[in-house]
Amino acid sequence: MLQNAVTHHIPLPTDSIQKETTTMNLGPTHPATHGVFQNILELSGEKILSAEQTVGYIHRAFEKLAERRPLYQITTLTDRLNYCSSPINNMGWHMTCEKLLGVKTPKRVDYLRIIIMELARISDHLICNSIVGVDTGAFTGFLYVMQSREDIYEIYEEVCGSRLTTNIGRIGGFERNFNNIAFEKLEKFLITFPKVWKEFENLFNRNRIFIDRTKGGGPLSAEMAIKYSVTGPNLRAAGVDYDVRVASPYSSYEDFDFEIPVGTTGDNYDRFMVRNGEIWQSLRIIEQAYRKVQEFKGAEADVFHADVPEYYLPEKKDVYTKMEALIWHFKIIMGEIDIPKGEVYHSVEGGNGELGFYLVSDGGRTPYRLHFRRPCFIYYQVYKEIVKGSMLSDAIVTLSSLNLIAGEMDA
Amino acid sequence: MSDIIYTGRPVKFNNKVKMVEPPPGVEGEGFFVTKLSEVVGLGRKNSLWPLPFATSCCGIEFMATMASHYDLARFGSERVGFSPRQCDLLMVMGTIAKKMGPVLRQVYLQMAEPRWVMAVGACASSGGIFDTYSVLQGIDQVIPVDVYVPGCPPRPEAILDGFMKIQEVVGNESIRRRNGEQYQALLSEYGIQ
Amino acid sequence: MDMGLTNEIVKAKLTEKFGDALLNWEEPYGMLTFEAPSDLNLKVMQYLHDDGELGFTFLTDLTGIHYPDNKGSEIGVVYHLHNLAANVRIRMKVFTDINTPDIYTATSLFPGANWMERETFDFYGINFVGHPDLRRILNVDEMDYFPMRKEFPLEDQSRSDKDDEMFGRGGSYN
Repeated sequence: MLQNAVTHHIPLPTDSIQKETTTMNLGPTHPATHGVFQNILELSGEKILSAEQTVGYIHRAFEKLAERRPLYQITTLTDRLNYCSSPINNMGWHMTCEKLLGVKTPKRVDYLRIIIMELARISDHLICNSIVGVDTGAFTGFLYVMQSREDIYEIYEEVCGSRLTTNIGRIGGFERNFNNIAFEKLEKFLITFPKVWKEFENLFNRNRIFIDRTKGGGPLSAEMAIKYSVTGPNLRAAGVDYDVRVASPYSSYEDFDFEIPVGTTGDNYDRFMVRNGEIWQSLRIIEQAYRKVQEFKGAEADVFHADVPEYYLPEKKDVYTKMEALIWHFKIIMGEIDIPKGEVYHSVEGGNGELGFYLVSDGGRTPYRLHFRRPCFIYYQVYKEIVKGSMLSDAIVTLSSLNLIAGEMDA
Repeated sequence: MSDIIYTGRPVKFNNKVKMVEPPPGVEGEGFFVTKLSEVVGLGRKNSLWPLPFATSCCGIEFMATMASHYDLARFGSERVGFSPRQCDLLMVMGTIAKKMGPVLRQVYLQMAEPRWVMAVGACASSGGIFDTYSVLQGIDQVIPVDVYVPGCPPRPEAILDGFMKIQEVVGNESIRRRNGEQYQALLSEYGIQ
Repeated sequence: MDMGLTNEIVKAKLTEKFGDALLNWEEPYGMLTFEAPSDLNLKVMQYLHDDGELGFTFLTDLTGIHYPDNKGSEIGVVYHLHNLAANVRIRMKVFTDINTPDIYTATSLFPGANWMERETFDFYGINFVGHPDLRRILNVDEMDYFPMRKEFPLEDQSRSDKDDEMFGRGGSYN
């Protein structure tokens, strides 16, 4: 399997007990690596001198698959990139298609999209932070927040029907309007979740043991982060305030008032705290978006998609009665819609950083080339640098605080 | 149920415990006679130790199954282990790529008899939506599987249903199965001694 | 906040430095795109990185692309660069012949390009000259072809258990 891997024993100083380092395989199946990636470590005692990484254990050939499918069928592929926060991937893909096709979405659709994307971001950070807790031995926090994730899943179920790999939304908007039950669940979530999160923070933030375990581990400086193209909470923990929602606002993010939490040293504790802060900011955004959505009255409150019959399936009752709708329905399902030639790059702020879609279209029904700019894949390279010199148990905590999702890494 | 209010949330304690039916047998004063396989099966099926081999999205649904809402621990799997030498049930959750196939086989070979395999999700059962050059089209290409749970990802209730089917399989298994000819023939199809 | 750096200024500075070597200037959907000859890619990126006014210090993305119909320049690499301070993005494409796909590596300038180039090598077979560790990253090491090239199919051809008739691809459909 690893014929060409560079594994070597590093010779140690002659007065040390071991004459050369121990090679240890932190293999693809390991209780503490959350996802399938492999690290071959060279250890001198408990200290790590070098780490060699292997990825690709879940390579599913998304980019080749995407050349086979029309635009709306690629949404199901994007679900499976960062599967902890699938709606963000879906919305990012729909926005890329809308940029290529020249579709402008109405404000209500934008605000509803923001609600769903921020819920997904909360659910992603919940998993990451609770797993950092589990890795340091604190299992209770994980069980508390998994219940909140069930509440978020129930809101997704009201809109699109599924929990995890949501395939939510369509090009131009949503497949159905949010019904009253969805809004009731959202209100209930906004009332109950802050209390749960406050309890979680009380368990960890000023906890002596947790701070001792995480502070100082895996420090990432801002210069190294930029050189290695790190984005997302890891970059913000290192001190650089780059957030795609602020730099190139999409889906009406410029109408909202929120802050970007930024850390200083980029160690595990800073990454944990940055994700905590982002959850509070996401709650703020959801509350503002919810209030804005409530302000739409009358006919405007029924708008849940852009008026683009060429790309958005017409309602069934129109298909059975009107000729035009029947033709559009046929054209969209058979994939004979006109996609303009050209290339577009669009990026959104995913749970882990800048998730980009580079779409090259040659006018056919499927993309000529689709490339996903996956943040996890790019910043996993930096793990090698930040783990040098740390102890084995700190390396585990560093690995989980980087929030590596295997599906996004290998695609 | 008694209610206690603790920091604003009511806590309920469950006083109703469900008792398991004894297997069919002859009962007398101080003794109970039944088949050995019944007793062994009863013991094994209510204390399976699973090994969650979670690779992708189905792994997150497994985490939801293990959490408190859809608790897997009430079926006896309180201790999920990560060492194949200590586990009975290999739950493969997620896509297995061709690069991962040998690793999965190694993990399976390390498990001691009796061992069962559950393929959770469409990708583990048959390759799922990924009919590509790099994905193994179902884990039964490399290891024998007992129960397949379809879904993409299957709901936690579906994973629990699959688990209950495994319990049925475990409870009804004959003690001589693992040494029998049919089982050895099955293993040799996969190239396992 | 000064709106200092615009696409026109970038184009003017690049044409001033490199002249006619840079071709195919376009601006699809607002992002300045140009094509550079394959031996100048590192020099152009170095200029974009070091120049005080241009300052493209962040490599957003590096990927490959295959046009089998452009004889002589079939295989290409597409770079997306980003100036974080002025918030300007730029796209650079480099094409080369498929029989000698040698392109200079960007790892000396952007260490983050290491794995992105390995992925492009894995999918397209582009040889990045000067790369510290060029080997396959996502596919199995024993694979002997480059799967993303247009001539190779998506499915695994060695399967014998698929019934093509069921998928609408069998003999009676041809």
